[in-house]
Amino acid sequence: MLDQIQALGRYGLTRLGAVGRSGMLLAHVLVARPQPLKMFPLLLKQIYFVGVLSLVIILVSGMFIGMVLGLQGYTILVDYGSEQAVGQMVALSLVRELAPVVAALLFAGRAGSALTAEIGLMKATEQLSSLEMIGVDPYRQIIAPRFWAGFICMPILSAIFAIVGVWGGALVSVDWLGIYEGSFWANMQHSVDFYEDILNGLIKAVAFGFVVTWIAVFQGYDCVPTSEGISQATTRTVVYASLWVLGLDFILTALMFGDL
Amino acid sequence: MRTRVMEISVGAFMLAGILALILLALNVSGLTVSDSSGSYRVTARFENIGGLAPRAKVTLSGVQIGQVRSIGIDERMLMAVVEMDINGSADYLSSDSSAQILTAGLLGEQYIGIIPGADDEMLKDGDAIENTQSALVLENLVSKFLFNKVTE
Repeated sequence: MLDQIQALGRYGLTRLGAVGRSGMLLAHVLVARPQPLKMFPLLLKQIYFVGVLSLVIILVSGMFIGMVLGLQGYTILVDYGSEQAVGQMVALSLVRELAPVVAALLFAGRAGSALTAEIGLMKATEQLSSLEMIGVDPYRQIIAPRFWAGFICMPILSAIFAIVGVWGGALVSVDWLGIYEGSFWANMQHSVDFYEDILNGLIKAVAFGFVVTWIAVFQGYDCVPTSEGISQATTRTVVYASLWVLGLDFILTALMFGDL
Repeated sequence: MRTRVMEISVGAFMLAGILALILLALNVSGLTVSDSSGSYRVTARFENIGGLAPRAKVTLSGVQIGQVRSIGIDERMLMAVVEMDINGSADYLSSDSSAQILTAGLLGEQYIGIIPGADDEMLKDGDAIENTQSALVLENLVSKFLFNKVTE
């Protein structure tokens, strides 16, 4: 009986410790005095790895999701004789929900896992300690650029996802299924509001970028420095980041569109 | 050379993001930069506004000339008060114009249609439109129809 209570206590302490350490990491990253001139080349490199190299998967999945939405929306709406509303359905579901969420999930799988593995391997091969030995702050040199890169890239990727998805939806419903082009775009433009829908979608993307990169960087920095530990940390990054994105999405949706 | 390629691709990536945002704003949400400074405000009282919402369009002959700013209630007369911003360029509405609430399509959103009058005096900022016609409420229509059937 006491053993079980002790196990529970240990579990709770470990978890709480991890939360505390992740908060410390975030504070270090945010408080670390920025040196723009020194950080810029590092940040550039990370934006390249995190953002530019994620473009292909974002473009392809955005287009296919848009096309599927167009096709499904058409088959459902044509029963009610209102297939002109496909444009508004595709645009609203992409801009409000699918673009930020799916882009964040793909981002966690594509970039988050890579960040974790990279930082974890740096820790395992004691590169982080060596940096400290020669008087370079690993937070400033390694962690902060990766964190900010994820923060910057997510909204851009989400916006690209949305526009490619809308284009894919237009391709299917206008060019293949023969919905009149004018009513497709007019319905869309009438129902999508710039501030209400597009800006809120971008705010979501920023929040997801923050959470995903925070989790990825922390899991890498906090991993057990063995090959097994790195693999576990990478798995945890993808699982935790995905769960957080989905949970946070519900909260943000309730706050933005639920009139709470 | 390697960094040059990388820097160019990052720059292109950022540009693509900004371009996507602009396209979303202009093409998907149909955002138009309209300054409300060049508009004047007109109010109208309605018996029933149905499903009219703020930012609904105000039209003349089907052409948008403004939008609904706010919807409130007149506590004395117990009627709905709709405040509209009419574009400053639309200064040709006579003061005896009437406003009606219309529905776009069978199940579409509701908007205000202005029917011009014949007075020489034009509507100015702060004026009220006196002649109004309420929204068509489907339930009332159905009950009227049924009532007529019974009395026949």
